[in-house]
Amino acid sequence: MSSVRVLVGTRKGAFILSSDGKREAWEISGPFFAGWEIYHMAGSPADPNRLYASQTSGWFGQVMQRSDDGGKTWKSAGNEFAYDGVPGTHQWYDGTPRPWEFKRVWHLEPSLTDPDTVYAGVEDAALFRSTDGAASWHELSGLRGHGSGPSWQPGAGGMCLHTILLDPRNRERIFVAISAAGAFRTDDGGTTWRPINRGLTSQHIPDPNAEVGHCVHRIAMHPSRPAVLFMQKHWDVMRSDDGGESWREISGNLPTDFGFSIDVHANEPDTIYVVPIKSDTEHFPLDGQLRVYRSRTGGNEWEALTKGLPQRDCYVNVLRDAMAVDSLDSCGVYFGTTGGQVYASADAGDRWTPIVRDLPAVLSVEVQTLT
Amino acid sequence: MIRVVLPTHLRALARIGGETTLDVDGRATQRSVLDALEAAYPMLRGTIRDHVTQQRRPFVRFFACERDLSHEPPDAPLPDAVATGAEPLLIVGAIAGG
Repeated sequence: MSSVRVLVGTRKGAFILSSDGKREAWEISGPFFAGWEIYHMAGSPADPNRLYASQTSGWFGQVMQRSDDGGKTWKSAGNEFAYDGVPGTHQWYDGTPRPWEFKRVWHLEPSLTDPDTVYAGVEDAALFRSTDGAASWHELSGLRGHGSGPSWQPGAGGMCLHTILLDPRNRERIFVAISAAGAFRTDDGGTTWRPINRGLTSQHIPDPNAEVGHCVHRIAMHPSRPAVLFMQKHWDVMRSDDGGESWREISGNLPTDFGFSIDVHANEPDTIYVVPIKSDTEHFPLDGQLRVYRSRTGGNEWEALTKGLPQRDCYVNVLRDAMAVDSLDSCGVYFGTTGGQVYASADAGDRWTPIVRDLPAVLSVEVQTLT
Repeated sequence: MIRVVLPTHLRALARIGGETTLDVDGRATQRSVLDALEAAYPMLRGTIRDHVTQQRRPFVRFFACERDLSHEPPDAPLPDAVATGAEPLLIVGAIAGG
């Protein structure tokens, strides 16, 4: 029988939530790495028992962890992230040049085919790859070096590379997104890169239609249709039908189009989910009502999903890496909040129940569907 | 023999119960003690000092014999009491943040 494993990274440790395919009864294990910030955990699609975790601390820096038994036991892995060559500078908040300096790993993306290959998106923004199971890391420096790097500026949360999408049909194509630079694509396995931000408009930057400088919060893709991308930008929910060559807004009837997370139904490529957040200065749901919005039309037409979610006095946030789906027949949707709740829906969002209510602030949620 | 006391998070990371003892080649200095510590516990590399620059992380401090040695040069000799094992070298995470 199928089962699911939900990997939860929090401000004070990692947790693993497990259930059978019914997704009614849950077993909670953790905290792992108690007291440390776990920005992200991810499992290898090629070997579900191979997990990677990014463990960070303002005191002690970056630690990488690896499990070969589905999270029962962990071993420290390589944690040296050295920029390739002379790092150069990017722009600081005040526009002055500032040297690139590694701070932490925000996101891990294991290869679709090789358990030992994993990508890491880091702050200050860069993409690293390991091909030896996280023992060593090497920068794909064509991203920072393609030309616009010196003009990148950090977003409020830091200058982080937070999204990595591997094209399942074209192993040479990778999409990444950086706050606050925008989206980028390689078509040669990571050697060369270019910005893919045409159609994005950001009113808070000097040139609202600039090639780079957009605060992209998250991009999602359905594996059956990798040229179609969905984006939650700082403001605006966007869609591309041509691999990021151009974008159009699909915010439609959303009550606010600010937010962080976005994801796609596992079995319906035109069904997408966002969690609208009031604004960039008030990081909580509108009117104290936690609502996931679902579009079954690939955008523009959205419906509020409220059953089982708090509809009064709720002022949590849902961060960019804190929503995920499973791939069971009845698609499960999961998200975590800064209030420590992890909500699950086993029916594509119609009804929600909290798996746990009182974890530390949730930074990331990933789901493994195990068969 | 050098005695070293790590902060709680690094003891957990290195799976050390209490203080650890190290044999250090040559003179006991911050650098030689940290070299020996990282050789014995490779998972600690990068957590106390930067991988590349070898600079102490800003929120990590070195105390011994009721003195703050954090700003001493890395190759300066540690106090005799540390070098002889009479006193431990305390590696401390600064009390800051939440």
